[in-house]
Amino acid sequence: MNTRFKTYLNTPTSAAPLAVFRIGFGVMMLLSIVRFWWHGWIKTLYVLPKFHFSYYGFEWIKPIGDYTYLIFALCGISAFLVAIGLKYRLAIITFFLSFTYIELMDKTAYLNHYYFISVLSFLMVFLPANAYFSVDNLLKKRTYTSIPKWTIDSIKLLVSIVYIYAGLAKLNSDWLFKAMPLRIWLPSKYDLPFVGVSFMQQEWVHYAMSWSGMLYDLCIPFLLFYKRTRWFAFALVVFFHVFTRVLFPIGMFPYIMIVTALIFFDANFHRRILSVIKILLKPLNINSQTWRAEVYHYTNRKIILPIIAVFFVFQMVFPFRYLLYPDELFWTEEGYRFSWRVMLMEKMGYTTFKIVDAETGHGFLVDNSDFLTPLQEKQMSFQPDFILEYAHYLGDHFKSQGHKNVQVFAESYVALNGRLSQPYINTTTDLYKEKESFRPKRWILPLHDEIKGF
Amino acid sequence: MLKKIALVFSLALIVACSSSDDSSQGGTTDTFDRSALLKNLADNIIIPAYQDFGIKLTNLKGSINAFVATPNQNTLDAARKTWLTAYSAWQHLEMYNIGKAEALNQYYYFMNIYPVTVSDIENGVLTGAFDLNTPSYHDAQGFPALDYLLYGLAADDAGIIAKFSTDKNAQGYKDYLTAVINQMDKLTKDVITDWTTVYRDQFVNSSQNTATSSLNKFVNDYIFYYEKGLRANKIGIPAGVFSSTPLPNKVEGYYNQKVSKALSLEALNAVQNVFNGKSFNGSATGASFKTYLDYLETNKEGEKLSMLINNQFDLARTKIQALDSNFSAQINADNSKMTAAYDALQRAVVYLKVDMVQAFNISVDYIDADGD
Repeated sequence: MNTRFKTYLNTPTSAAPLAVFRIGFGVMMLLSIVRFWWHGWIKTLYVLPKFHFSYYGFEWIKPIGDYTYLIFALCGISAFLVAIGLKYRLAIITFFLSFTYIELMDKTAYLNHYYFISVLSFLMVFLPANAYFSVDNLLKKRTYTSIPKWTIDSIKLLVSIVYIYAGLAKLNSDWLFKAMPLRIWLPSKYDLPFVGVSFMQQEWVHYAMSWSGMLYDLCIPFLLFYKRTRWFAFALVVFFHVFTRVLFPIGMFPYIMIVTALIFFDANFHRRILSVIKILLKPLNINSQTWRAEVYHYTNRKIILPIIAVFFVFQMVFPFRYLLYPDELFWTEEGYRFSWRVMLMEKMGYTTFKIVDAETGHGFLVDNSDFLTPLQEKQMSFQPDFILEYAHYLGDHFKSQGHKNVQVFAESYVALNGRLSQPYINTTTDLYKEKESFRPKRWILPLHDEIKGF
Repeated sequence: MLKKIALVFSLALIVACSSSDDSSQGGTTDTFDRSALLKNLADNIIIPAYQDFGIKLTNLKGSINAFVATPNQNTLDAARKTWLTAYSAWQHLEMYNIGKAEALNQYYYFMNIYPVTVSDIENGVLTGAFDLNTPSYHDAQGFPALDYLLYGLAADDAGIIAKFSTDKNAQGYKDYLTAVINQMDKLTKDVITDWTTVYRDQFVNSSQNTATSSLNKFVNDYIFYYEKGLRANKIGIPAGVFSSTPLPNKVEGYYNQKVSKALSLEALNAVQNVFNGKSFNGSATGASFKTYLDYLETNKEGEKLSMLINNQFDLARTKIQALDSNFSAQINADNSKMTAAYDALQRAVVYLKVDMVQAFNISVDYIDADGD
C-alpha cells in the first residue's frame, strides 16, 4: 500500500490539462470581477452601507471605503496574470488573498461559489499550473511537459467533494418528499418561454427536478471520472448548469463549473484546446522549439504534501460540523455555511429590534432601514448570527448616543420552505448581553416541525 | 457494470427531465391569470378610486376658493366639510405609489406628509417666498397643511376667519392656502390623466416576475404603504413605538382633533379591499392577492394564509375601533390601547412581508443569490 501510494505520488502525467485549467480559471475570474464592477455592486455592497456583517473571527476584515475598488482591481489583475501564467505563484497567492478578503468583508453577500473559488485558488497556490503554456515558460526559456498526476487529481477531488456534498445535502425530507423549495421557486418562473406556464407549474416537474438534481450531484463526479461516460456526463454538466442559469440569478457560477469540469478530460483533449489557442497566438511569433523541456519535480514536496492532505481532511470533515449542534440545521443555520448547501432553502424573515432602558423598562423600536441596506435587512432577518451582530451594533450605537442601561430585544418571525412564519428569537433575551461563539445559540426558538435527513 | 450504471442513470434522467407526454392527465397548468389581477386592480379599484378622489378634490378646491373670496363661518364650514371628504377619499390612494405618482418624485410626499412644520407655513405666509415643489416644503403642504390652515391657526373659528380677513397677513394666508390647493389639484390631475390615458395598459400588461414589472412593484408598494403609511405613521409613531416617549402631536389630522381614527379605519378598509380585490364602487370581488394566494396554496395543509391575513386585518380594525376618535386624546388618556392596535397591525406585516411574498416568490434582483 505504502509503496503503491509512493508510486502514485511519483506518477507523471501531461501538463496540458492543468495549463488549460489555469487559463480557464483566470479568464472566468477576470470576467467575474469585471462583471461585478460593471453592475456597480462594489459600491452598493461594500462602499455605501454604513455597517457590515463580519464573519466570526474575521471582524478586522472590512471594506476600506473607496480603496475597496483597489482590492477588486488587484484581484482582477492577478486573475489575468494567472490566466497568462506570468509570475504565476505570486499572482495566484495575490488572487487567493484578495478574493478571500473580498469574500470576508461582508457576509451579506455570502455565496457557496465564492467559497469554492477561495478554496480552489488556495489549492492552486500549491500546484505547478504555470509548468506548461505560460508566459513564465517564455521568460525562463524552459517548459515542463509532465507534472505529477496527483496535482490534477487534487482538483478533480475537490470538485467531486463539492458535488457529492451538495448531493448529500439534498437528501432531506423537504427536498425529496415536499419538493421544497423548488415548489415555490419554479411556479414563479411563469415568464419563461415555452415551459413557463405549463411545465413549471406541474407538481410532478417539481419532484422530478428535485430528484434529478440530487442524482445529478451525487453521480456526476463518477460519470466524469470514467472515460466511457465522460462525454455524456459533460453534456449533462452543460445542460444542468445552463438550465439553472436560466432559472435562477446565480451569475457566473454555472459557467465556472462548466469550465472546471473540463479537467476530467484526458491530455489529448487539452492539447487540442491548446493548439487552437496556439493558432490564435501565431502573430506573436513565439518559438518554443529552442526551450528546454523537462519533467516537473517539486523541490519542497515534504512540506506541500502534508498541507494538501490536511486541506482535504478539513474539506471532508468541516461540512459535518452541523452534527455538533442540537437543533434543526435549516432553522438555526449553525454549521450551514461553507458546507456546499446550495439552493436548499426558501427562507424569509421579519425582524424588529427594541432598545430598552433596563431601569425604567421604557423602550422604542428601531427602523432597520436607518442602518441597513435592503439586502442586508433581508439577510439579517432570518440568520441568527446576523441578528446578534446587528443587535450589538444597535446597542453600541444607542449607547454612544447617550441612552442608558441599554438592552436590545428582537422580535422575529421566519418562514422556511413554505411553512407558515413562526416566532424565531426569544423576545425576552437581551441580545446585547449574548456573545457570538461556536456554541449553540439558546435564544433561537425551536422549529415546530422536523426535517429529516442530512 | 459501468454501462449498466450509465444506462440506469440516463434512463432516470430522461424520465425525470424530458417526458412531457404524460403531463396531460392529473397535472395542473398555470391557470392563474396575473394580468386579470392587474386588470381588476386598475379598472375596478385604482382608477375608480382616483376618479372619486378627483371629484372630491375639485369640490374642495371650489369651497376653498369660496372661503378665500369671502372668509366667514359658512364658507369655513363648507371648506372643512369638503376637506374631510377628500381626505377620506385620499386614504384609498396613498398606497398607489406607482406610475405617474412615483414619477412625480412621490405624489404622496406632496399630499400627506405630517406633522406639518408650522414655522415653514408661517414663514411662507409672512414673506410670500416659498416653493412648494422643493422637498423642504413636503411637510408644509397637502392635507396636513390644510388641516393647520383650516383648524389650527387660532383657538377658535372667529380667530381663524380673522386670519384670512382682518389680520395684517390675511393676503399671505390666502395666497398660501390657494397655493396649497392648486398644487394638490395640479398633481392629482397629472396622475389621473396618466392612469386614464397611457398608464392603465402599461400597468396591466406588465405582469412578469421581474424587479421592475408592475405586479412586483405593486406588491412592494402595497406592503410598504401598509407598514409605513398605515401602521407606522398613523398609529406607531404617535404611540411612541419608535421613540422614547409618545408623540401625540404626530397624529394625522392633528389640528382637526376628531378624525385620526376615521382616517385610519378608512385606510385599513382600503388596504383590505385591495387585498380581496373588492371593487371600489360596489361589493363585487375579482382576481386579487387573496385569489392568487389561494391558487398557490391549493395543496397546503392547515389554515389558508389569505384567511389569516383577513382575520388579522379584522382584529386590527376591532382594536382601532376601540380607540378615541382623536388619537391624541387616546394617547394622553391610555396609550396602551394605541400600542395594542399597533401590535395587531404589526402581526399582519409579518404575514404580508414574509408569508405572502414567499408564496408569490417575488423577484428581487439585488445581486447574485443561490438561495442560501
